[in-house]
Amino acid sequence: MGKWSRRAFISLGVLSGGALVLGIAIRPGNRAKKVKGFIGNKDETVLNIWVKIARDNTITVIVPHAEMGQGTHTTLAMMLADEMDADWSKVKVMEAPSDKEYANYALAKGFILENKKLPSFLTDTLNGTFLAITKQMGLQITGGSTSVRFTGTYAMRVAGAAVKEVLMKAAADLWKLPVEELQAQKSHVLHEKTKQSIPYASLAESALELKQDVNPRLKSPDEYTLMGTSPKRLDAPSKVNGTAYFGIDVKLPNMKYASIKASPVFGSKLKSVDKAAIRSMKGVHKVISLETAVAVIADSYWLASIAINKLPITFEDSSKASISQNDIYKMYLECFEKANKDGDQIKDVYKGDMANTFLVDEKQLSAEYRVPFLAHATMEPMNCTAHMHDGICELWLGSQNPLGFAKSVAEVLDIPIDKVKVYNQYLGGGFGRRSVPDVAIQAALLAQEVDYPVKLIWSREEDIRQDHYREANISRFKASLNQEGMVTGWENQFMFKNEPAEAPHIPYAIENQFIHYTETENPIPWGFWRSVDSSMHGFFTESFMDELAIKANKDPYEFRREHLKDSPRHLKVLDLAAEKANWSSSLPSNWGRGISIHKSFGTIVAQVVEVEIIKGKVKVHRVVCAADPGYAFHPDGFVAQMESGIIYGLTAAIYGEINIENGAVVESNFHDYEMLRMNECPIIESYIISSDSFPGGAGEPSTPGIAPALTNAIFSATGQRIRELPIKNYQLEMSKEVIG
Amino acid sequence: MNLSINKKNIEVDVDPYKPLLWVIRENCNLTGTKFGCGIGQCGACTIQLDGVAVRSCLTPAQAAEGKEITTIEGIALNEDHMHLLQESWIEEQVPQCGYCQSGQLMSAHALLSKNSHPSDADIDEAMSGNICRCGTYPRIRRGIKRAAELMILDTNAKSKSHGEME
Repeated sequence: MGKWSRRAFISLGVLSGGALVLGIAIRPGNRAKKVKGFIGNKDETVLNIWVKIARDNTITVIVPHAEMGQGTHTTLAMMLADEMDADWSKVKVMEAPSDKEYANYALAKGFILENKKLPSFLTDTLNGTFLAITKQMGLQITGGSTSVRFTGTYAMRVAGAAVKEVLMKAAADLWKLPVEELQAQKSHVLHEKTKQSIPYASLAESALELKQDVNPRLKSPDEYTLMGTSPKRLDAPSKVNGTAYFGIDVKLPNMKYASIKASPVFGSKLKSVDKAAIRSMKGVHKVISLETAVAVIADSYWLASIAINKLPITFEDSSKASISQNDIYKMYLECFEKANKDGDQIKDVYKGDMANTFLVDEKQLSAEYRVPFLAHATMEPMNCTAHMHDGICELWLGSQNPLGFAKSVAEVLDIPIDKVKVYNQYLGGGFGRRSVPDVAIQAALLAQEVDYPVKLIWSREEDIRQDHYREANISRFKASLNQEGMVTGWENQFMFKNEPAEAPHIPYAIENQFIHYTETENPIPWGFWRSVDSSMHGFFTESFMDELAIKANKDPYEFRREHLKDSPRHLKVLDLAAEKANWSSSLPSNWGRGISIHKSFGTIVAQVVEVEIIKGKVKVHRVVCAADPGYAFHPDGFVAQMESGIIYGLTAAIYGEINIENGAVVESNFHDYEMLRMNECPIIESYIISSDSFPGGAGEPSTPGIAPALTNAIFSATGQRIRELPIKNYQLEMSKEVIG
Repeated sequence: MNLSINKKNIEVDVDPYKPLLWVIRENCNLTGTKFGCGIGQCGACTIQLDGVAVRSCLTPAQAAEGKEITTIEGIALNEDHMHLLQESWIEEQVPQCGYCQSGQLMSAHALLSKNSHPSDADIDEAMSGNICRCGTYPRIRRGIKRAAELMILDTNAKSKSHGEME
């Protein structure tokens, strides 16, 4: 299986990066001519693979990322258009086709280089090498809050600036004027002295003959005209009038519909299916057995779903069928004990003198936290339309990794990757879920059995029970405090490590630290879930820090400040959140206020939450969020993502819980896997700090800090410490005297 | 079976128990109305029957006979002019992934048609049946309030110009 992992990829890249210095030179050149066939129409000039100009001077930006709500199509188009000095009112966006020419080498470059500047003489070679790696890996991912950070910085801006340079040069050649005297403005080149002006479109063809600089001069922030502003999202009109086309909306001639039921116990093989039970149903065409699932094809999805529910299906027994939630936690604890006994914990951070710190400082605190498995529950249930004909497999769906999906499907069907065509649609939510190709593989296997296109739609029950889940985890802490109430030692143990690598790392100046973990087989399918490891480590570390503040008898905000003295960026964010939330002002009884700070995907986010406890349940009134993403290219879009990540995280903190019983998921739909709704949504205020650091992400960084800010607020209201999520399982009681 | 969708009569040959959601999407080719949960929990399939917001995934086609069905495709004023609610949604930059927004708009539209001045509590009540996983609730609330203000201005302007004409 062509599974990609960002970690595996990074190591591969570093190897190649090492090799490139030895002189592997694969120059990318200008691939515009190669890609013209599938992105350019007759009247358009494709200037490089990211931009084309039509005769009417309309500029189309080709974006190698999926639009799943994060606004990336608009922001990336802005970044290119700004560098190009394009007329924004005539800029369009299209998503890059899933062709290997569009493997996103900017992503590769971003992962490996982060914000390192390279000598310009290496740029050609380097870009070529990255292109070669990314083509080989089929890298066209949307995830990890990378689009603006990496693609925007390394591809969009560079492409826009390079194109502008050749357009200006073409104008200079045409007018026989020095290029220094020319200006670019609103998709025109101007010469002020002679009052000449020419649209880009008229220069496009001659510009194409000129070599584009792979390392053009980029604008400095004071030259930005679009970046840093908030034009309306390009996709908004179609999303309010019902015309936005999602994967589930695809309709093809002669298309039929499929429903599916996979083994509730993960990975159990299909044993038998009694097809006779639905033989008499009119409009039902076919029952198809897959290795671990059964599908029914019918004239309507509704019919197909009735049929699949009538169908008696038996799956093989599996060793996993006995696993329940408590067994998983028990297994984790056993792993901890064994690792500690054998001393083979995997060291994540080890610094200072951990052997002695707990002996010197006698004031100590230990705590253990737990988080459950979580499903993604995108609003659009998983679906894929597939058509197999003439040796080609065509797929229509919303994917966070179209090239990767093509690769996976090609492997399963055993056909060359260029015989798989993925037509990516809008994603009705992604959050990491749509980076797993399972539904595409199923649809392709069904399409192989019939001679018409099939639209496979998962029921919501299938969506909740066949997800790839954020794992359940346990995190244990032990810390010591000195006489001044400063933390001197910090030990943290947990299970598994994925991404981001810094998720469990703390920003606080603590001299002695031992952060370690253990890997074991996770019996439940795992997947990237919005903010990945930070989704739990934010809760773990910021809850424990809060407990330490109480232990030290200090205000939780001041306590964090004292430990952030050497981190001015963090301090500024924390202070802004506290100031805007009026941290030290008094609250009514039954109310509480909690704070947190966490950095993920390059963005630091601090949050202050205000809650009221009503009849044993929590009412979240207000969230104040301060963030430093380095620079917000589309401030309103950034704020929208802060709000989005907070609400996603609130749902998880208050309700989110996937339980495993007898090897299968207990929850099935929104009645038992509940979501935050309008009546529970707090007021959210977001504030942005531009520190001019390398750009951070937007889609994920506000999720990790909301759970701890919320449970810390509950503690301040009630004295009750929530050490295991979700909060719905607690009857909250007022016991102020405990802390008073 | 004869149905009236967005003021157009359509004849469909379907099982009378087929949920309206799938009739609208599969038989009438109007894909703005979305499937979300199939059990009336999420509101993505919200349409209006005679102006009342209903969950089309639980409404059999026969229940719509003789009634006016309105979907997201039917609320714009005409081809060139969106409804003020839709315009407000764009002004407030409400949609993210956009999948739930048709349902959100149909619930909000039904609310504003019977309550031109909704309070926060009214909005909570009318909109809490619609889930949004992107967390656009704060903007939906602002969108409804903006639309309500604009609709009142619009009504006043119309009655004023009407008065002048007289």
